Parts: sequence; structure tokens; C-alpha cells
Amino acid sequence: MNMTIAWITARGLLGRRRSWLLLPMPVILIGLTAVGIAFDAPTIDLADGVLVGLGVATVLPLVSLIVGTGVLGSEIDDGTVVHILTKPIPRSRIILAKLAVASVVSAVATGVPMFVAGTMVDGTRLGLGLALACVAGAIAYSALFLALSVVTRRPVLVGLLYVVIWEGLVSNLVAGTRTISVQHYVIQFAAELSGTTLFGTTVSTGVAAVMAVLITAVGTWLATQRLRSFSVAGETS
Amino acid sequence: MEHRKPRTKGSPVSDLDLRGVSRWYGNVVAVNDVTMTLGPGVTGLLGPNGAGKTTLLHMMAGFLAPSRGQVLIDGDATWRNPAIYRKLGLVNERESVYGFLSGKEFVRASAKLHGLPDADAATRRAIELVEMTDAQDRRMDTYSKGMRQRMRVAAALVHDPAVLLLDEPFNGMDPRQRMHMMDLLHRLGAQGRTVLFSSHILEEVEQVSGTVQVIVAGRLAASGDYRTIRRLMTHRPHVFAIRSSDDRRLAVALMASDSVAGVTLGKDGLTVHAGDYGTFTRALPRIALDEGVRVRQLIPSDESLESVFAYLVSA
Repeated sequence: MNMTIAWITARGLLGRRRSWLLLPMPVILIGLTAVGIAFDAPTIDLADGVLVGLGVATVLPLVSLIVGTGVLGSEIDDGTVVHILTKPIPRSRIILAKLAVASVVSAVATGVPMFVAGTMVDGTRLGLGLALACVAGAIAYSALFLALSVVTRRPVLVGLLYVVIWEGLVSNLVAGTRTISVQHYVIQFAAELSGTTLFGTTVSTGVAAVMAVLITAVGTWLATQRLRSFSVAGETS
Repeated sequence: MEHRKPRTKGSPVSDLDLRGVSRWYGNVVAVNDVTMTLGPGVTGLLGPNGAGKTTLLHMMAGFLAPSRGQVLIDGDATWRNPAIYRKLGLVNERESVYGFLSGKEFVRASAKLHGLPDADAATRRAIELVEMTDAQDRRMDTYSKGMRQRMRVAAALVHDPAVLLLDEPFNGMDPRQRMHMMDLLHRLGAQGRTVLFSSHILEEVEQVSGTVQVIVAGRLAASGDYRTIRRLMTHRPHVFAIRSSDDRRLAVALMASDSVAGVTLGKDGLTVHAGDYGTFTRALPRIALDEGVRVRQLIPSDESLESVFAYLVSA
């Protein structure tokens, strides 16, 4: 962890126009919850449709994707990453700083609205459970998307494919694939922490915890390895 | 000799060593078996666009693995070795900076990332060196191209590196900024740093460095003192295309001149091979006048930089 890199990353991330995309999603989440409550929608529908369907399955991964690919991917795109790489700093510290910023920003941007929406639907305990689960989810997603931004030149596209095709489609059709779906870990954590029966998944808490830690660790390790062998794009001029 | 002067202060002198370095991308060879040693002083890396200069600089800076051979700074490989950045500063061609930072914040961030004990003093010193103190508090996205370039040099110099690499540092600069940058490179070289800058413009290299490495099509074509290489360039045979009122008559007269090595008479006029540029261009008007021939067109047909480089390769 390097504070100078974290500082530059945070300033770059929050100053970028793309970051404004972070704002509407939490607002829509809280807004839809309020509309549902105003029209007396059943609690179970609000929990399953809005909190899980919109919050956990859409807002959390999308926010994490924008932030996770933004902390390093955009610096690679515009070439500013060279300023950080031409320093005698272990690459692991660069990655840890990037991961910390991405995790904190994503966790705040999703945890707070999920706490508000969850509390509105079924009290503080649900809100708190959802918020904490989102923090864990934000960390795992950030490590995954951070790794993608050094592994592929199209991290946003590959990340979207993972979220939409794998988590959105495959893991809902084939139960076995849920063990490698961050979305299902978050659902399980939220259910376990809040003690709710409004939603749930087939992945056990133990498996979800181990897999979340594993994805974070592997993502961080992979990103560090790739950054160690970072090559500037092959120009011949 | 200026380029072997020891450093006056700071870290000891460093040598940059390339041993049989090649780099290829699939079937395309970008750099082909380059061996060179660079010592203190300013060296120009000269070559036409696409010659492999940037690839070579990236390998020197540890941003590209050589496909074959070794790139070493004081015996340590540059690839996958972040520790070399204690001795190395890089100003690459892409002029990307963190536009949201002020120049001072940018240089100070560099100083802190290098772990310098007194980052503020180092920042002040580096900014003074590039004479940007007055503009240091402005955001970098308000800078002109030349100002940005100077701040990037300040950031690359903040840790007082023994080796400084610059990729096309004069690109897009106006004449005043160019002169300022040239003066700065001179001073850095005189301090005993190993400074290497790439350029595809002969005059830039002529004005800044005494030593050049000429790279053409990925190969090291010539290497050494600039004046020697320049002499090779001016004394090479030149080709001119000439159209006149009487091509045949002019051809006969030209063949009698010492300055001409050969003449070809074609449909579109004459192609003249001259031994020396100056002698021929002085002799032609006199010959034409004597013969009563009117010269309608005189075009040096091989003046492109590429042909100069091509000549050097064959020399």
C-alpha cells in the first residue's frame, strides 16, 4: 500500500467524468424502493426484485466494474501509468493501493444506498446485512476487475460479459456455477448477516466466504504478476 | 571531452549497455542485434520514423523485454527490475500527465514515490532546473505542450538520476521551447549524466549532442562523433533531376565537369549523379550559361532523410 499512489488514484478516479455514472444508480435504487413501498408492494417482492435484482445483481457489479477498471485500466489507456511504473516501488504495493481505493469507493457507493433501501424494506438489520455484504462484494469484484484491466485490453467488455452472461444468465440456470459468482456470495452474506428469509441462494456461507477470499487473493496476485511484466504497447517507431 | 566529464554531485556515473539486443513482434523485426554502450554526456538516437528508436528506448527503460540480448545499467538488467529506476529517469513520447494535478504536485508525487528524504527540497530543485517555478501551481491541463514537457523532465529528474532517456523530446515544441530544452539537455550532459534522446531530425541532433547513434530499419547504422557522420552525409553522391531547353547538349557539357559522376538522358530530362553537393550546384549555372542552355527545373531527388540514412547503411 502506497499513500501517494492511493491519493493520485482517488483524485483521478473521482475527477473523471465516467465517475458521475456512479451517482444515478444508487439514487434509482432508493427511488424504486420508495415507489414500491408507496404502492404497498409486498416486502418479499421488494427484497427479491429491487434489493437483490437491482441492488446486488446490477448496481453493485456495475459500480465495481466502473471503479475497478478505472483505477488502473484508464491509466494504462492514457499512458499515465508510466509515471508510477518508473519508480522503484514493488508492483504489489502499486496493486494494493489501487485495490484499496477501488474497494473503498465501490463499497461506499453501494453500501450506503443498500443500507438505506434495505432499512426501508425490512428494518435496520436487513439494511446493515446488505451493506456489509456489499462491502465484501465490492472488495472481491474490485480485485477481479483490477486483474482484468492488466490481463486484457478490453477490461470493461470482459467484465460486462462476466456480469451479464455468467452471473446474470448462466449462474441462474446452472446452480453449480454459483460457486464462482460473486453475486451469490453477496446474497448469501446478506441473508446470513441479517437473518432474513426474504431471499437466499444455494451457496453455503462457508463456501461463499472461502471463494470470496480466494477470488480477491488470486485477482490481486494475478494483477501484480502482470504489472511486473508490463510492456508498453508494441510500437515500432 | 565534454561527454566523459564526471558527475559534479549526486550519484556516481552510470553506463547503459546494450549487448546484441533484438526485439521482434511475430515476423516483424523491430530492433535487430544492436550493441552499444552509452556513457556520460548527451547522445542522440537518430533515425527515420519506424526505425525502432522507441522500441529500443522502451527496452532501455525496462518497459519491454528484449527478444534476444541484454539491456543493462551498470550491469543490472532493466527488464522486470524496478530498482533500476533509482538510477534512471524516463520522459516518453506520449505526453500524458495527470492533468488534474498542479505541476508542483506532479513533481512532488514523483519525489515521494522515489522515497526521497526531503521531497519538498527535491521538488523545488527539479522545478528550478527546468525553469517552471512561476507556473508550478497551475493545473497541468492548462500547460502548453512545451511546459508539460518541461514538467515531465522535472519529474524524471527529481531523484537526480545518472541516466535520463527522452523519446522525441522536441516534438511539437515551438523554436523557443526547443532552444530551452536543448540548453537543458546540454547542461544535464555537462553535469555528467548519461542523457539519451531520440529524434528523426538531423538538425536537432546536431545542435544538442556530440555523439550519435544512427538506427535504420532496426539496425545500428552508424555510431560515434556527429561531425564524422555529418561529413559522410554531405560527401555522399547526390542525384538531381534536371529539365532544360536542350537536355542532350547540357548532358554532354555536364559529363565534362569534374563534379559530375554520371548522366542519364531520359524522356523526362536528365538524371545527374554528382560527386559533391556544393561543387555541383555551383558549377551547373556556369555550364548552362556557357552552353546557352536554359535550366527549367532542378530537383535534388534523393534529399529525403530516408535516402540519407540508406546511404549511411551502405557506407
